[in-house]
Amino acid sequence: MKKITKPAELEELRKIIIDRRDPDKPSVAVCCGTGCLASGALEVVSSFEKILKEKNIDADLDTRITGCHGFCEQGPLMVIKPGNIFYCKVNQHDVEEIVEKTIMRGEIIERLLYVNPVTGEKIVREDEIPFYKKQYRLIFAYNGKLVPTEIDDYIELGGYSALRKVLEGISPAQVVAEVKASGLRGRGGGGFPTGIKWESCYNATDSPKYLICNADEGDPGCFQDGYLLEGNPHSVIEGMVIGAYAVGSKQGYIYVRNEYPLAIKNFGIAVEQARAYGLLGENIMGSGLSFDIRINKGGGAFVCGESSALIASIEGNVGEPRDKHTHATERGLWNKPTVLNNVKTWANIPIILNNGAEWFSRIGTETSKGTMIFSLTGKVNNTGLVEVPMGISLRDLVIDIGGGVPQGKKIKAVQTGGPSGGCIPEHLLDLPVDYEKLTEAGSMMGSGGMIVLDESSCMVDVAKYFLAFTQDESCGSCFSCREGITRMLEITDHITRGQSSLAELDLLQELAEVVKDASMCGLGQTCGNPVLSTIRYFEDEYRAHILEKKCPAGVCRELISFRIDQELCNGCRACLKKCPEEAIQGEKKESHNILQDLCTKCGICLETCKYDAVIKE
Amino acid sequence: MGLRTNPKACYRSYMKVDLTKIDQIINQIIDKYKDDEDVPYISILQDINDEYRYLPEEALYRVSQKMEVSMSHLYSLATFYKCFSLVPKGEHEIQVCMGTACHVRGASRILEKVTRDLQVKPGKTSENGKFSLETVNCVGACAQGPLVVFDGKYVGKLTLNKIEKMLGGNHEKDNKTS
Repeated sequence: MKKITKPAELEELRKIIIDRRDPDKPSVAVCCGTGCLASGALEVVSSFEKILKEKNIDADLDTRITGCHGFCEQGPLMVIKPGNIFYCKVNQHDVEEIVEKTIMRGEIIERLLYVNPVTGEKIVREDEIPFYKKQYRLIFAYNGKLVPTEIDDYIELGGYSALRKVLEGISPAQVVAEVKASGLRGRGGGGFPTGIKWESCYNATDSPKYLICNADEGDPGCFQDGYLLEGNPHSVIEGMVIGAYAVGSKQGYIYVRNEYPLAIKNFGIAVEQARAYGLLGENIMGSGLSFDIRINKGGGAFVCGESSALIASIEGNVGEPRDKHTHATERGLWNKPTVLNNVKTWANIPIILNNGAEWFSRIGTETSKGTMIFSLTGKVNNTGLVEVPMGISLRDLVIDIGGGVPQGKKIKAVQTGGPSGGCIPEHLLDLPVDYEKLTEAGSMMGSGGMIVLDESSCMVDVAKYFLAFTQDESCGSCFSCREGITRMLEITDHITRGQSSLAELDLLQELAEVVKDASMCGLGQTCGNPVLSTIRYFEDEYRAHILEKKCPAGVCRELISFRIDQELCNGCRACLKKCPEEAIQGEKKESHNILQDLCTKCGICLETCKYDAVIKE
Repeated sequence: MGLRTNPKACYRSYMKVDLTKIDQIINQIIDKYKDDEDVPYISILQDINDEYRYLPEEALYRVSQKMEVSMSHLYSLATFYKCFSLVPKGEHEIQVCMGTACHVRGASRILEKVTRDLQVKPGKTSENGKFSLETVNCVGACAQGPLVVFDGKYVGKLTLNKIEKMLGGNHEKDNKTS
């Protein structure tokens, strides 16, 4: 690998890469993001390699291991060229047929095509699937198109051209001004204007200055940052190098969650490759700019996603947040000026520099610019990663792109912002995705988690779940957070057991407000949101638990019971054999009974019964 | 100052620490970071944890001496961060994902089932040293929820019956022979 010694050489390198490659060569791009790996993508890849070798055609076809394509629900996915044929839910036994029919003869295997659940129509091309059609992919544009462990792929698609443009004659001040003019706001959740952060660090007189990429994506149900690092690590590196040029930094850090081994691996490879091309390290593209990135693995503490706790962790201490009398841009890591941005924020930078602030600021709403990637999960048909322009309504996002709720159930709410956010009820689904609008509704943009809840989700249980999470993850330094969450969790626990009172519900609300006001960092300040928003919109559910001792969604174990319908039960004994508590009685071919005293309501009988005879009430 | 771990738990016969090897490994790990300006204690502990799947007391003492850092500081890191364990892990590690997406799809019932079948509580290792059970806040494979990570392999779209098959025969035999 030859180092690039002046910016103009990047274009030459790109031409060489393009010339070397045959655009008509058939290829199979197999998604190997964490989601598809979990559904067996690796077995598909090795099966491909084996069969191609056996048939002696491995040289005629590129097997490309790409990052996440976004449509995790349908994984493992693959796109075959020519023709951009999209196959989903592929398993290793399908591979031989794919090679023989599709690759060697160009035939399409109907069984592996995506079926539009609404129209029943089979769709051949990836871009015609409604899930993709309604998205607007900027940051995620190349995820799934490039092999993340090949820097040449990124350069071929125009990668590092924003960095080249900057080094060829845009001053650091101009870069900062451009980012400021774009209206980009922090994608980690807080939504602080990125340009203002950069400007403050640019103006800071102390040195050295540091950059940090926050990839400690701790929100449960949130995986877009990890998948972006897995699938297109160079976009983040390019963004950081531009940031280093703008604010005058020589050293950057990325703090990645330990639970994302693939993201750590792919980012590490990308850093090595960027160094080898002279795009990272000493004297980048011969411009005199020197900047390098070190990878720090997180330790599995949620609070380390908070900027000051993350900084403490990089410094080798326990991740306890600090009071922010001074901004990190003045005194951050090692008490030096530091810019800390989320993964998606950094990945936006090359896009802004390539297309201009004016172009970027045309996307989105008055106060929220650009696009946002959401991890759409929970009770939704199309689980996956979606990138949409700011301002799109939640309904479009969940119903049109997400395909609505499975099994014809009714949607109840959408939870955004993870443990810091809240639940937005069905009647507010026309709300646009916008920092201010979501906050007004009692939730927040957050880092991009979006969990769909249907009528079988209990809102008190959801609030209790998040409190159990924040209680476990609180670092314990503020009394209000440490004790307040524990007491709130106790109250929600009482409610879900039907052992609470309306007075306790008032206390819960009061506690949530107090913890919010009296805690130092974001964790404590927002942990009351799940409680407050569910009480605000679903007070009737809380009341049903308290007054009627009923869980309307049938989730809270103390308030439900199982019984066997005597008419439907044919006495097959399947549930009886499975019951771990031996709480089911009955003779063969005679209907069974559940002994309520022994039943722990684990639900195994309900899942086991093939005749729908077990009833949950 | 010594670590307040249960020595009995630390030195079970199935996970004996090779004392002659420990110095060599610690030296290698410390060497890897010697050019860094700052002292990445957490990275060092992570490497040790990767090597042994827990932090042996001897290794912490060695780091403390070599890096001239107090044992209490290392101990505070080892207990604050969830990725560290002060007691040895079982032969197999099972992590049950408790992320929100898994939760609404019934992760707590999965955890309950695993706990009952393997006779091991979350955060603990079974008596026979075969299984360690952990909960994890989200592994980012939400489409496959509810899911567990069994020795690094993702097993998704779980049902109570499917988890029984996954643990199948395996655990029953092991528990009986112990």
